[in-house]
Amino acid sequence: MKELLELIAKSLVDFPDEVSVNEVEGEKSIILELRVAKDDMGKVIGRQGRIAKAIRTVVKAAAVKENKRVVVEILQ
Amino acid sequence: MAKSIEKTAKTVQEAVHAALEELRTAEENVDIEVIEEGNKGIFGIIGNKMARVRVTLKETGGDKARMFLAQVFDKMKLNADIDVEEDENSVVLKVSGKDIGIIIGRRGETLDSLQYLASLIINKNRESYKRVVIDVENYRQKREDTLVKLANRLAERVVKYKKNITLEPMNPYERRIIHSSLQNNKYVETYSIGDEPNRKVVIRLR
Repeated sequence: MKELLELIAKSLVDFPDEVSVNEVEGEKSIILELRVAKDDMGKVIGRQGRIAKAIRTVVKAAAVKENKRVVVEILQ
Repeated sequence: MAKSIEKTAKTVQEAVHAALEELRTAEENVDIEVIEEGNKGIFGIIGNKMARVRVTLKETGGDKARMFLAQVFDKMKLNADIDVEEDENSVVLKVSGKDIGIIIGRRGETLDSLQYLASLIINKNRESYKRVVIDVENYRQKREDTLVKLANRLAERVVKYKKNITLEPMNPYERRIIHSSLQNNKYVETYSIGDEPNRKVVIRLR
């Protein structure tokens, strides 16, 4: 799931080298912390969070297959 | 990956022409690199040099979209085949396989998200916008049929009870299907209310 989020984020941004994902695993859920370059924030959030929502939907679909709950956090 | 071939001929023009013929494409779809200019030499005898070019097929939006989807499916550990149809204004990716339920998601939510992301990615550095459609086992057509039927059924109910009906929130693409299917209805009309992503279609008496 971490790799999936990385792939999507890197495909969207202008500075793929500055994309990083930190995985924090809990008992039932996984938190994925996404960091991107400052100028790329808009590229992963979008107007009214539309891009962020699409990213979360796809990552969640991947989680369903592994029977886990996943939360994607976009960090400043 | 990008296909590339090298050709040698008497002139650059001839070499390019031969390469295009072999790749079965037109000049606008390739990048051309001249490796050797070629030289007729004096009287065509002394210092005669052949021209050599490398011709590389440009990556199209369809290539990019297919690549992105294939990588996503790989990371999701899904088995799916992707078929691409591309023209000047649009790319249609047809997905088939056994894990398609996950790719579609609840009410096509995952499919729409993938489509939206793929569209952002292939239009990122393009001047003209290219529409991207991802379809799974004809899901889009089936969904359209369902929505058209729903619209007609609800329109009848509006006429019968003379009361407005508000549908559940839909994305712009699905709202358009509802609007257009009732556009020529003599008894009812449609409009949308609310903000994305909770925008809904309302059907009312004309």
